[in-house]
Amino acid sequence: MLRNRRDAFGWGTIALHWTIALLIIGLIVLGYAMTRPNIDPALQFDLYQWHKSFGFTALALSVIRVIWWLANKHPAPVAGLSTLEKRASAITHRLLIGLTIAVPLAGWALASTSTLGIPTFFFNRFVIPHLPMEKSAGAEAFWTDMHAILAYSLAGLVLLHASAAFHHHFLRRDTVLMRMLRSERHES
Amino acid sequence: MSIVSFRFVTAASMTLASFALYASASEAKAPSLDDAAGRYDIDSSSQINFSVDQVGGGGISGKFGKFSGTFQLDGGNIGRSVVQFALFPETVQTGEPRIENFLRSSAIFDTANHPKITFRSTKITQTGEDTAEIEGNLTAKGTTRTEHFEAKLTKWNRNVISFHIQGGVYRTRYDMSAGIPVYSNIVQFDMIVNGQKH
Repeated sequence: MLRNRRDAFGWGTIALHWTIALLIIGLIVLGYAMTRPNIDPALQFDLYQWHKSFGFTALALSVIRVIWWLANKHPAPVAGLSTLEKRASAITHRLLIGLTIAVPLAGWALASTSTLGIPTFFFNRFVIPHLPMEKSAGAEAFWTDMHAILAYSLAGLVLLHASAAFHHHFLRRDTVLMRMLRSERHES
Repeated sequence: MSIVSFRFVTAASMTLASFALYASASEAKAPSLDDAAGRYDIDSSSQINFSVDQVGGGGISGKFGKFSGTFQLDGGNIGRSVVQFALFPETVQTGEPRIENFLRSSAIFDTANHPKITFRSTKITQTGEDTAEIEGNLTAKGTTRTEHFEAKLTKWNRNVISFHIQGGVYRTRYDMSAGIPVYSNIVQFDMIVNGQKH
């Protein structure tokens, strides 16, 4: 089952969810490591290029994820959620999806406005053009802060999202976590 | 051979026709081989420009602020001339301090441990009226390799001699491979080298 049903996520959603999740975690770790002040300069250059290639991969998958999300049914929330909980989870999911687009776009803006002018050479295969933005130290500083703030906000939401999933799985013992791991009908 | 060499050092200031005129007229006013021969110091008005292409067009270009060198021109035999050159990579200028610091770092020049890049010619071959190929040993970051540069005489008078010197150097040979393939392996040098007679 590729597409979502009213009672279960399809493989499409599950595959996108976990691939993007891995990319986000990897990119945050990479982004933190590559900006340490005493890093070896040659290693730093390479890590930045990997970060950009994986970042664009995350952006592409996130765009597909948004289209997929809009084009699919949403499985109903598990039974027993309060109105407040449903509202909180809906807001968190929308923010998560929005940030998976906003964070890489801010990174793209940062690479585009940087006075370093380093091209983005996607996995050394093809050049991804810079956005038509003016290069300046001020613009670069702004998008550097923006990219970091949005990325750490995303990291915070991922933590909240994962904690909620574990809470549901281990304390409430419902299917919230399992239905994002296996695409099957759940008897409830 | 000496006529050819003579042309080499005078072609920039004289056309072939005027050369013929000079040769047939009184020798008194013509620059002579003995004048061109001698030792020249490379002076600070020289421009040691370089560029490195990047994928998708454009690249990094810059120059070195501090360098020194001499050339010993053998009037009778260009092939016996010798060029010596040293530059200080610490003085690299690109217009972007972060790129300059990257170039000075261990990733590229490692100026802390290798403050000087040197070149000494081993063979100079005349290739045309006013052009020559310079072959020599380039030493950078503890590695010495043979490199080739094309020189073109652009100016000459009794005290000053100028060459336009170009050549490409593969930086991987000198353990300076950082940034490949976003940035080209080839560093293109485009230099105006002015010598002041000693």
